[in-house]
Amino acid sequence: MNLLLLIGTPLLTAIAVLLSRNKQQVKWISLAGSVVQLGLAFVLLFAFRQERAENNMAQMLFEQNYKLFSTPNINFHFGVDGISVAMILLTSFVLIAGVLVSWNIEKMTKEFYFLLILLALGAYGFFISLDLFILFFFLEISVIPKYLLIGIWGSGKKEYSANKLALMLMGGSALILVGILGLYFTAGKSFDIMTLSKTSIPGDAQHIIFPLLFTGFGVFTALFPLHTWVPDGHSSAPTAGSMFLAGISMKLGGYGCLRVATYLLPEGAKQYADLIIILSAIAILYGAFATMMQKDLKYINAYSSVSHVGFSLLGIGMLTQTAITGALMQMVSHGLMTALFFAVIGMIYDRTHTRMVNEMGGLMKVMPFITTVFFIVGLCSLGLPGLSGFVAEMTVFMGSWQQDDTFHRIATIAAAMSIVVTAVYILRAIGNTAMGPIKNESYLQLKDANWNEKLAAILLVAGILAIGIAPGWLNDLLRPAAEEIMNKIAGK
Amino acid sequence: MMEPGLYHILFISAALFFIGVYGFLTRRNLITMLMSIELILNSVNLNFIAFNKYLWPHKMDGLFFTLFIIAIAAAEAAVAIAIIINLYRSHQSIDVENAEDLKY
Amino acid sequence: MNQSLTIALIPLLPLAGFVILGLFGRKYFKKSAGIIGTALLLTSTILALYTAYEYFFVYGKVDGIYQQFVPFQMTWLEFSKGVSIDIGLLIDPISVMMLVVVSFVSLMVHIYSLGYMKGEERFSTYYSFLGLFTFSMLGLVLASNIFQMYIFWELVGVSSFLLIGYYYDKPSAVAACKKAFIVTRFADLGFLIGILILSYSSGTLDFNTLIATLTNPESSHLKTAAASTFLGASALTWGAALVFIGGAGKSAMFPLHIWLPDAMEGPTPVSALIHAATMVVAGVYLVARLFPVFSITTPGVLEIVGWVGAISAIIAAIIACTQTDIKRVLAYSTMSQIGYMMFALGVSTYGGEGGSGYTASLFHLFTHAMFKALLFLGAGAVIHYVHSNDMKDMGGLRKFLPITHITFLIACLAIAGVPPFAGFFSKEEILLAAYHNNMGIYWIALITSGLTAFYMFRLYFTIFWNKPPEAHGIKHGEGGFAMMLPLVLLAVGAAAAGFIPFGEFVSSDGKVLASNFHLEFSIAPVALGLAGIFTAMWLYKKQNSRPDKLAASFNGFYKAAYHKFYIDEIYLFITKKVLFNLIGRPAAWFDRNVVDGLVNLTGTTTQALSEGIKKIQSGKVQQYAIYFLAGVIILATLFIYVIR
Repeated sequence: MNLLLLIGTPLLTAIAVLLSRNKQQVKWISLAGSVVQLGLAFVLLFAFRQERAENNMAQMLFEQNYKLFSTPNINFHFGVDGISVAMILLTSFVLIAGVLVSWNIEKMTKEFYFLLILLALGAYGFFISLDLFILFFFLEISVIPKYLLIGIWGSGKKEYSANKLALMLMGGSALILVGILGLYFTAGKSFDIMTLSKTSIPGDAQHIIFPLLFTGFGVFTALFPLHTWVPDGHSSAPTAGSMFLAGISMKLGGYGCLRVATYLLPEGAKQYADLIIILSAIAILYGAFATMMQKDLKYINAYSSVSHVGFSLLGIGMLTQTAITGALMQMVSHGLMTALFFAVIGMIYDRTHTRMVNEMGGLMKVMPFITTVFFIVGLCSLGLPGLSGFVAEMTVFMGSWQQDDTFHRIATIAAAMSIVVTAVYILRAIGNTAMGPIKNESYLQLKDANWNEKLAAILLVAGILAIGIAPGWLNDLLRPAAEEIMNKIAGK
Repeated sequence: MMEPGLYHILFISAALFFIGVYGFLTRRNLITMLMSIELILNSVNLNFIAFNKYLWPHKMDGLFFTLFIIAIAAAEAAVAIAIIINLYRSHQSIDVENAEDLKY
Repeated sequence: MNQSLTIALIPLLPLAGFVILGLFGRKYFKKSAGIIGTALLLTSTILALYTAYEYFFVYGKVDGIYQQFVPFQMTWLEFSKGVSIDIGLLIDPISVMMLVVVSFVSLMVHIYSLGYMKGEERFSTYYSFLGLFTFSMLGLVLASNIFQMYIFWELVGVSSFLLIGYYYDKPSAVAACKKAFIVTRFADLGFLIGILILSYSSGTLDFNTLIATLTNPESSHLKTAAASTFLGASALTWGAALVFIGGAGKSAMFPLHIWLPDAMEGPTPVSALIHAATMVVAGVYLVARLFPVFSITTPGVLEIVGWVGAISAIIAAIIACTQTDIKRVLAYSTMSQIGYMMFALGVSTYGGEGGSGYTASLFHLFTHAMFKALLFLGAGAVIHYVHSNDMKDMGGLRKFLPITHITFLIACLAIAGVPPFAGFFSKEEILLAAYHNNMGIYWIALITSGLTAFYMFRLYFTIFWNKPPEAHGIKHGEGGFAMMLPLVLLAVGAAAAGFIPFGEFVSSDGKVLASNFHLEFSIAPVALGLAGIFTAMWLYKKQNSRPDKLAASFNGFYKAAYHKFYIDEIYLFITKKVLFNLIGRPAAWFDRNVVDGLVNLTGTTTQALSEGIKKIQSGKVQQYAIYFLAGVIILATLFIYVIR
């Protein structure tokens, strides 16, 4: 399969959106583009499995390498392994759901869809790049649309949030750029991930470059204490914006932390692993406790995202194969789950015009579909078996437990404690919105979900269930890739 | 009679230069400031010519440059006066103190 | 035994019911949901009974013991080599016994609900939830892998949550379902960490391998695990204790019992199914499943199990004497009876005569399922009739509810341990086991059995006697055939289940354990039970002032018991005051003010800085010229004098 299709399709879609004449065209073109994209992602998945089944054990499949600049040695180098495939699948799901839930956007529809697709384009390019410079380029492509999405279509103190988000992410990018340049100059003038992974980089350099890269990507994935763009950004962003932010954008960071920082700089990773564990354990618990006190649904999900993403970072910090697999699973699972969560919040907000938990109640009576989805996503968030969250969290725990010293044990137990706190805040949110008596008589007139919202929700629920009920396929995808990373860390 | 040397000329040119600078910094009238700039330019011209004559008499570079500067100074004077006239039209004054709209 | 499909269908049929009714019930099966669910479960029950028959009688024993089978197993999620979550079916005496109990009680509840829940708006949802619960419970019972058990354990918890919150517009029901979920979730955390410890120490998640590794003193895994200690106890002790915490949460053991009485907010048939007969015994089943590990490797933990069970039994019995909500009395009685099962396991040892506690515990689990389900369903019939949960609104109902009255009486006699009803036999065995192993627990158990008889008959007399029969003006009858059939069937079970030679089928090491029944030993508990019954009769058969006087004479103690010994308040204090105010609020504040404050501080600092330096851009040409000149002079000086 030609990987350029994956970035070509969104590019063409984006251009077509720009050229289209009216809102209907814009919507249908975007939907068609994202459906094609989802189709491509599935084709990629099956092609990948096919190759692996035929015993093609090359680390990266479908590689393509075009020379771009020979002097600074920048190449268009693409290729995918299991991690990329999983992430591309996730992106496609979130993209199509995001397009569907934004169906009723009235303000500057064309620009809105253009930016959404541009953001996805950045994500696709990021996940398939094997050249650090190109990877960075796509990372930046995905940052700018967020600023505009929040600043123009947002709500609340949107300018503040947009500024904060863009500045923090740009700060992260700056660190990444410095880190990448550091790598380039210490490791023989190459931006190529595959080449870099084979060169040995001196330990001293690793100790300096690793924190730069990890913190930089960490900002994207809400590494404590650099997470504060998350609550503000999410709460101000339009529904699809929040979905993309949490569902895709935060995964860019996690992917970068693993693929770039940890994979290329194993010595640095070992040096800072304990710090990462401490920070992520704090993020998990602290995020969960902070969520407990929130009253705005979007803030609830934003803080819970901080807590859940902590599991990804914890898994990376644990440096065992199972834990890293779990971290990756958590990224995919959290992407789907949180996108769905924001979609549901958006649907509720569109109807009740409030996001305050204590102003709602008894919504189950008037919108059974939406509340059922809300239940499913809530239960997924608190780690119910049969839904994706459970699989991911358990894998992280099992992996973490393989590190058998007291420090790792305590960190694992602390992280595990969050499952109780998660249950508390999720049940509070559900109990106060979906259950209980109806507090506002006017809610009795509200309608249940439209076709587009139903379709979006069903798609994401299907993804969650596909991982939750039969996690084997995802495990098969991620585990060999995690093993590759572990081998590099173990120095094999 | 003593032949005037390089240092004499440099002294004059330095004096001219600082008079120009002083004028530029202290005068409030834009026309006077323009005149001070002309003084500075002329002091530079003097320098060029003097160095040309005393250090590389067989070359013409300094002279060319001087001609250049004179030409440019003429153009510059025209532009500056045009600006001053426009300023006068909008502000009814050519006092530099009143022309401070271009700030933070 | 190679009938994996038959066995697999037992849990899968209710699951099909859940999926079909959950997805399409509201549209297409609004009326027929009950019939569909019941039909599926009937098939399940028949298959379960068939499996039990095949297992115990056709296949029978090999080498004098019932063999264990894993007819089906597949890897669900592999963590690392050898450590994986497998979904499998484990067939051995206790799982077969539980299959029968769960499917039978669930079938009774399905049938009963046809009448009880008729006309409910979310009738199909109710049946789909019942299907989910039954599926999860059967999956839990059949689990061949400790993580599989955890998976179904959680699913059971969530279906219980959904069913308790079935009347979702009632705030008390919402609060109750949240509480149930969160409290059991807290216990599950223990279970989870226990699993992590046990699996790490044994290198597997498979029940059989795990038990084999951890009970074999020669295995290197066990030696390493025993050598590693934490806070003075070995890793395995911690693991087993944490697993037990999980079991204690689900089984409502003191002090994790607080969710059970509140869970009575759910529809009554649900309480019969989940909070009496099946889910709450999951903890007992868990300990029984891992019994070899508990008894051989970590006897210390087993002792804790025993004491926790005994304390729960007596505390619950005391509280039950004071409650006036009929379902809450039954809830505390459930807790007390499960306490019995727990301490029976606690006083047991592995194999031979010493293992009689194990057999007795599961025997009691079996008989208790019958009579407690019957009690709840009978209470449901009463509530259905008077539309109230409170005992004060009842009285003299024996004339109006004849069938309910008789079946309820049978259940009360069974739970009070009056021969020859089922409860008598199982309770006798438990007491005997306790007598031989731990006298302290024996005395607690004996007192509890007297109290049990007292509060059950207090309930019985207040509902069916007490006031004169004319007191009620309600016209409608006792409930249809659908409600009476399960009562009668369960009453037969409650009356006759005791005669099953249980030790033949279930024992700790699989060998036959003859029931050692001593007539002289039974005198004390039976006499105490009868004393309890007569006291209750004296106090409650007719309306009189004796109960109030009695209550007054125990003033402080009565009040404390009435308020459930203030345990709820303690929890409330811990959660509301400590968790929310001391952790949650500061965390949220810290985030908004300190962490976010730092970010904003960077912003404002930059702003202030530029605010300061922008003054340079004054708009005064001559000022710029001065700066320029100064700059030139400085640079010139630098280049001429400093940097040569």
